[in-house]
Amino acid sequence: MGIEVRNVSKRFGSFEALKRIDLSVADGELLALLGPSGCGKTTLLRIIAGLEFPDSGSILLNGRDATMSAAGERQVGFVFQHYALFRHMTVFENVAFGLRVQPRAARLPKDKIRERVMTLLKLVQLEWLADRYPSQLSGGQRQRIALARALAVQPKVLLLDEPFGALDARVRKQLRDWLRRLHDEIHVACVFVTHDQEEALEVAHRVAVMNAGGIEQIGTPEEVYDRPANAFVYSFLGDVNLFRGRVQSGRAMMGDLEVDAPEHRDAPDAPATAYARPHEMEVSRDDAGPQAIRAEIAHIQTAGPNVKLKLKRADSGEFLDAEISRDRQRELNLRTGEFVFVKPKQVRIFIDDSVSPPLNYQI
Amino acid sequence: MTASPRRRVLPGLSLSLGYTVFYLSVLVLLPAAACVIKAGSLSAGEFWEAVWSERARAAYLLTFGASFAAALIDLFLGLLIAWVLVRYEFPGRGLIDSLIDLPLALPTAVGGLVYANLYSKTGWLGQYLTPWGIEAAYTRSAIVLVLTFIGLPFAVRTVQPVLQDIEPEAEEAAASLGASRWQSFRRVILPSLYPALVTGFALSFARGLGEYGSVVFVSGNRQYETEIAPVLIVSRLEEFRYGEAAAIAVVLLTVSFCMLAIINLLDRWSRRHAG
Amino acid sequence: MRVEARRDPAWVRWGLTAAAVAVVGLLIVIPVIHVFWGALAAGPAVYWNHLFADPDTAHSILLTLTVVPVALAANVVFGVAAAWAIARFNFPGRTLLTALIDLPFSVSPVVAGLMFVLIFGREGYLGRFLLDEGVKIIFATPGLIIATAFVTVPFVARELLPVMEAGGTDEELAALSLGASPWKMFWRVTLPNIKWGLAYGIILCNARAMGEFGAVYVVSGRIAGQTDTMPLRIEKLFQEYNLAGSFAVASLLTLAAILTLIVKTRLEKRVQWASKSETSVKDLEALKR
Repeated sequence: MGIEVRNVSKRFGSFEALKRIDLSVADGELLALLGPSGCGKTTLLRIIAGLEFPDSGSILLNGRDATMSAAGERQVGFVFQHYALFRHMTVFENVAFGLRVQPRAARLPKDKIRERVMTLLKLVQLEWLADRYPSQLSGGQRQRIALARALAVQPKVLLLDEPFGALDARVRKQLRDWLRRLHDEIHVACVFVTHDQEEALEVAHRVAVMNAGGIEQIGTPEEVYDRPANAFVYSFLGDVNLFRGRVQSGRAMMGDLEVDAPEHRDAPDAPATAYARPHEMEVSRDDAGPQAIRAEIAHIQTAGPNVKLKLKRADSGEFLDAEISRDRQRELNLRTGEFVFVKPKQVRIFIDDSVSPPLNYQI
Repeated sequence: MTASPRRRVLPGLSLSLGYTVFYLSVLVLLPAAACVIKAGSLSAGEFWEAVWSERARAAYLLTFGASFAAALIDLFLGLLIAWVLVRYEFPGRGLIDSLIDLPLALPTAVGGLVYANLYSKTGWLGQYLTPWGIEAAYTRSAIVLVLTFIGLPFAVRTVQPVLQDIEPEAEEAAASLGASRWQSFRRVILPSLYPALVTGFALSFARGLGEYGSVVFVSGNRQYETEIAPVLIVSRLEEFRYGEAAAIAVVLLTVSFCMLAIINLLDRWSRRHAG
Repeated sequence: MRVEARRDPAWVRWGLTAAAVAVVGLLIVIPVIHVFWGALAAGPAVYWNHLFADPDTAHSILLTLTVVPVALAANVVFGVAAAWAIARFNFPGRTLLTALIDLPFSVSPVVAGLMFVLIFGREGYLGRFLLDEGVKIIFATPGLIIATAFVTVPFVARELLPVMEAGGTDEELAALSLGASPWKMFWRVTLPNIKWGLAYGIILCNARAMGEFGAVYVVSGRIAGQTDTMPLRIEKLFQEYNLAGSFAVASLLTLAAILTLIVKTRLEKRVQWASKSETSVKDLEALKR
């Protein structure tokens, strides 16, 4: 049941948008398609919806082959990035649309339609806007109406294309929580596309990280964040510090930093990079041993819940990012220009390949 | 089941495209082809004789000459009117602005009728010109006059939007550097209007080339003197000399296409300049 | 400084304004007034007679009212179909098709009429065949309709194209994904979104069709009481030195023109809101001949 994507490929002209994608979404699951612009996530979503057709591969919806079905036959609810509300219809008429265009035989009587529309409007807490026009609504309200409209025809699958992309940060946060709670109530297979990793990690049951037409990793938010499959996933999901060096027979040597890398025990001598998150960097005034790196504090930013430090390595001049708690800063009383010692508490080591992400990759 | 990439999401392509092509073929392509074929049925000599006879040459000269003169006059009038409408405020400005489009909306026969009557020897306006010895109706001047009427909206409406979008900073800079209003106009504003002016001229000119309805009223249609090319075509038609009529028509068609291409290029050029 | 630098001296302002008003008055206002004066000079009763007591004139009014709506309807259907195909799809020859639609703009109406005579006339390519079948096109109403339709082909299509392109496909895709059939999508979503552009195109098309002279002149055969539309009737009355009569008919057309201007001005704002079209130079070739 749910959604099955099998070996789907799609190209636009000479551009390969999707390369042999395999994906399963269980009934009732909430999956995020996460990735940078151009990775193919929206194309994949639209293919599932029937708004594009794949060059090869198949789509199964609830066990049935829907690859060549028209969008209207798939019982899929699609919420567009810019809402696509019918601007000449009221909110009520928008939500009722799917019910009104059903063939006469299957159509609900008028009062039943009205009932369902009002229930949905209450569900999205906007029943008081029923007679307004889309142009009179705020962005967040439009988004919720678009969702209500998609839900009106009781789809088996719900697809959302960057649902909160066009909204400001605070509304985005509110709607994120609201979506998660809504999904708990309605319980359909739901896929949403986003380029915001915070959003994906917060809302989804599982996250599929995509890049350049392929899926890099699928897993729960914990899995993709704590056990990233490769450097791209690691970098995409948060800020990184990079330590370049080599790996040989299970031991990684990155300048002063030397760590055991048991996962690369069998690797021949190869260039590799160690990744550490800013909040995994330990900062102290005292020399903490051979692993510690001496660095000058270039910039301190205290806005927000933590203190962000930009440090310049004394040996190479490269920059590192560290994040420490406010308490720690109060303890250390750091100032710009001072020299401190930084040591990563934990690193992930990835062997360099041609697909290395840019430095400190973050959207 | 493998997918086919040719499937389209939005419906109706074959229906809409099919009908469109069918309609255009029947209404536009076939008739145009018929004209060319008919003209082609003449021998080279006959074709040349039809297209380049003395009478035809006189007609071309008049058609081109009158359209050119009218477009030129419209150039100045168009600039004047556009300037006043954009830059100045006065009671009735909105009304005047709407009236500019009247020559577009008015049937050409009405225009021709009115102008013929106004400027006849005893007409409202013609009577003032007679003592000066100016005979307005049934002369070439009448043709130029009525073509000016027809072409006016084109000249105004091409210049107006450009004038509206001119940035005030350039003029202010000129003023701060000591330029007089006239200098400002001549050296700063006018050059930025050149593309629009040329385009407006081309449009009025092209419009005048094909004009028939109004001219037949005011010109008297005297061969060699006040006969425009379209009138010549009708004349040939009435004499059942279809081939010759088609030949002259082909000449006019070719000129029209060239004008269309030129206007397209000018449009693109002026957009790039406006940038 | 801002106002001063752009302000012309008072004498220039008033002088130019007076000149512009004078030009408009001379070229446009006086002729319009003259039409109504010429029509009503002998009193309303005579005016009425000229229009409706004269059987040929009455017929010409009826004929115009028959020919124009048919040509208009044909071009509306065409315009919607063409705009849909061109705005929503990519296909080989798309640019050529768009250019082809513009063709009637650049063709002299007399040439247009000639083309149809060459096909449908008594000695035309299809004419002989059709006459044998008893179908009369040239010198009859069908010919008038075809000629009028030809010269007004571009109007509706060219107004709808930018409106459809600017509107985007999202709403239509949303309708499809909600289960609407193609026709339901078209009636409930597409049409309401283009209604202002459509209205505007119809107004322009209508004005042009009513005033068409050259093409109709050629295909009609000028048979009074049978194939004279209103503009042709004006010319015939003029030739017969019946000035009052021709002014009477002209006054009706002038009224229609003024009405067109009023409706057009009202619609312009709506259309500009509906589409991000900047005034293309070719949009100006609106109503010709």
